Amino acid sequence: MEEKIAYVEGAEQPISMHPKKFALWLFIVTVVMIFASLTSAYIVRQSEGNWLEFDLPTIFWYTSGIIVFSSITLHFAYLSARKDELSKLRLGMVITSVLGIAFLVGQWYSWAALVDRDVYFVGNPAGSFLYVFTGLHAIHLISGVIFLIIVLISSFRYKVHSKNMDLMEMCVTYWHFLGGLWLYLFMFLLLNH
Amino acid sequence: MATANVATHSTDAHDHHDHEHHDNFITKYIFTQDHKMIGKQFLVTGIFWAIIGGLLSLVFRLQLGFPDMELEWLRPILGGWITPDGKLDPEFYLALVTMHGTIMVFFVLTAGLSGTFSNFLIPLQIGARDMASGFMNMLSYWFFFLSSVIMFISLFIETGPASGGWVVYPPLSALEQAMPGSGLGMTLWLIAMTCFIASSLLGGINYITTVINLRTKGMSFSRLPLTIWAFFLTAVIGLLSFPVLFSAALLLVFDRSFGTSFYLSDIYIGGEALPNTGGSPVLYQHLFWFLGHPEVYIVLLPALGITSEIIATNSRKPIFGYKAMIISMLGITILSFVVWAHHMFVSGLNPFLGSIFMFLTLIIAIPSAVKVFNYLTTLWRGNLIFTPGMLFSIGLVSFFISGGLTGIFLGNSAIDIQLHDTYFVVAHFHLVMGSASFFGLMAGVYHWFPKMFGRMMDARLGYIHFWATFIGVYLVFFPMHYIGIAGFPRRYYSWTGFEFSNMYTDLNMFVSVAAILTFGAQLIFLFNFFYSMYRGRVASLNPWRSNTLEWTTPLHPGHGNWPGEIPAVYRWPYDYSKPGASEDFIPQTVPLSATPESNLPHEQELVKLEKQIIADEEADLVADESKES
Repeated sequence: MEEKIAYVEGAEQPISMHPKKFALWLFIVTVVMIFASLTSAYIVRQSEGNWLEFDLPTIFWYTSGIIVFSSITLHFAYLSARKDELSKLRLGMVITSVLGIAFLVGQWYSWAALVDRDVYFVGNPAGSFLYVFTGLHAIHLISGVIFLIIVLISSFRYKVHSKNMDLMEMCVTYWHFLGGLWLYLFMFLLLNH
Repeated sequence: MATANVATHSTDAHDHHDHEHHDNFITKYIFTQDHKMIGKQFLVTGIFWAIIGGLLSLVFRLQLGFPDMELEWLRPILGGWITPDGKLDPEFYLALVTMHGTIMVFFVLTAGLSGTFSNFLIPLQIGARDMASGFMNMLSYWFFFLSSVIMFISLFIETGPASGGWVVYPPLSALEQAMPGSGLGMTLWLIAMTCFIASSLLGGINYITTVINLRTKGMSFSRLPLTIWAFFLTAVIGLLSFPVLFSAALLLVFDRSFGTSFYLSDIYIGGEALPNTGGSPVLYQHLFWFLGHPEVYIVLLPALGITSEIIATNSRKPIFGYKAMIISMLGITILSFVVWAHHMFVSGLNPFLGSIFMFLTLIIAIPSAVKVFNYLTTLWRGNLIFTPGMLFSIGLVSFFISGGLTGIFLGNSAIDIQLHDTYFVVAHFHLVMGSASFFGLMAGVYHWFPKMFGRMMDARLGYIHFWATFIGVYLVFFPMHYIGIAGFPRRYYSWTGFEFSNMYTDLNMFVSVAAILTFGAQLIFLFNFFYSMYRGRVASLNPWRSNTLEWTTPLHPGHGNWPGEIPAVYRWPYDYSKPGASEDFIPQTVPLSATPESNLPHEQELVKLEKQIIADEEADLVADESKES
């Protein structure tokens, strides 16, 4: 039985993806696992009681808007690159990078807002977890912004165009993932804080 | 020998892939991107760590077996860790067991086993030039090296290395005041483990990418050697579980160094309350064991994969139940993620939850038993060839059975109340995980040494090494079951002070002597390994008459592995003793059309399909040559 299945496939090239893109997806899996474990830890810890209740900073709504908008502009840049419209591509990349940095600044202000509410990193785990979520996500987002800037520079060097999309596609995947990750974290916090 | 097709591929066409001539000493031996050299780097570093880890265990075995012994003679090495009256410092005893565990689990049996053989064998057995990313692979080794250096340094600092057990449970590990080892030693432990996690993830991403994307023509998943399946699933487990250890360690770092309270709550030291409130130490246990249990299979699966390959080759029989082997490994992979709480039965876990985890834990016995039966049925009535690698593989099966049986006891949440944290547990996991994986590692070294270094290891020394180690392991760990059932807790410095445990000193003495002798037997291996590397008998191209692709490479494969085209694959790797065939093995590179005498009816029909593919390939080859000229 097993041999039959084996031989029917014949000596053909096995299906394969671009190795770097594939590795990026695997990296994304590891990041998912980190946040999955932390959010599970949050729920487990929360169920044990002694949990500080506080309102989430409203600035999270704005930063969420920024990150969604940056995904849209990046997608605009991506479509432009596929059509070889290089000036639109550069415009899209610049806007996306600026929005990425704006998001980071916004997250920084959310920490300030938390401090105003007397929620500190050191103290009840309810607050500490919030700092860990946003901080760890911000670190990944910084790597995403660096990636955006690398693609931005290559776009000015005419290295991103319809025949050379690998770098661009990886950047798009990673950035959309980071945006999605933030939306997940925000939604999780809205439901569980 | 029916290897006509190999000849068609190894034409003397110039190859584009041989980068050997660029290499100087640094790029060839140190910052190498060649998967074979990286594998050897992992192996040698792993051997170094195994010696350190083994020596540490001997020191605490001396304490346990001979509690009244004068240890003054260890002062030149251990210095202040020997107390003025010539005894082992109790704090250092805890450091010894902690570091022994950490080193053996992570540095020897994860990096030394998976790192060595995944790197070395994946490209060779799937027919790839190298890993998907040689640079990431190099980075993986150097993160491991950095981690090793930091962990090694932590052995020598004044307050001693981490001492809270290899699981480093808070609050013991989180508070510097708790014990000397929880100071700088613990910080270094956490830094080293973070580097180790980075190394494992870089390696794992590479292994998975390579297995999925870089297989040669014809190498479908149903033709992969079981070694590759095992390495692949190991990498999947690592990819999913190591990030969780990272989370656990990150929160521990925050608790230790920034004053947060993830794991700490309501602790009094010297009558003073600490400011931390609201933390949960059980939370750490959940996060840790979510890695910790899959880690057992990260250690074990590569050894099982290596064993499958070696047993099939040296039984001269197809592996029994190839698909069943894959399905059981998949089953183990999935189940390994849903059983972690069986390490926590006595942590105050809800007993109902305990019975769910007990149920899931006992299910793992099924795929494990399937694998054992498949090994035994492969051996059954085979033309057994007892090479040292084969002996170590059979030894693994033995440990897997004897150690696995006690796992069924321990998986029961009720019995675990008595047995938890006793020597019964120590005996169990040293047999089923420690010794079994170690034997897999040894089997792999003996079996692939000819491919690694082009020379054979001395078989006679191998036999002595095997029997001494095999008997020694049982002599060390079997008595521990009795000590454990009698209620002796692990990690205790001394038992003589307690009424319930001041017997059995003779048995402990026996274990200690056996441990020293078993360690001594490893010196035979070390000699054999390094001597054979330079002076061993030069190996033939396929010394074990094996089917897999690595034996079609030259004796000393360069960077790129095959000088010409990568050979295509036309059959599964276990065509041993096929009825009608002239030899008792048919390598994977032999097309079905070359073996009409042994083809089964359905294979005969595939010959036509195959001819078309070979014709295409030859057209490619001609095109390549004309391009070059």
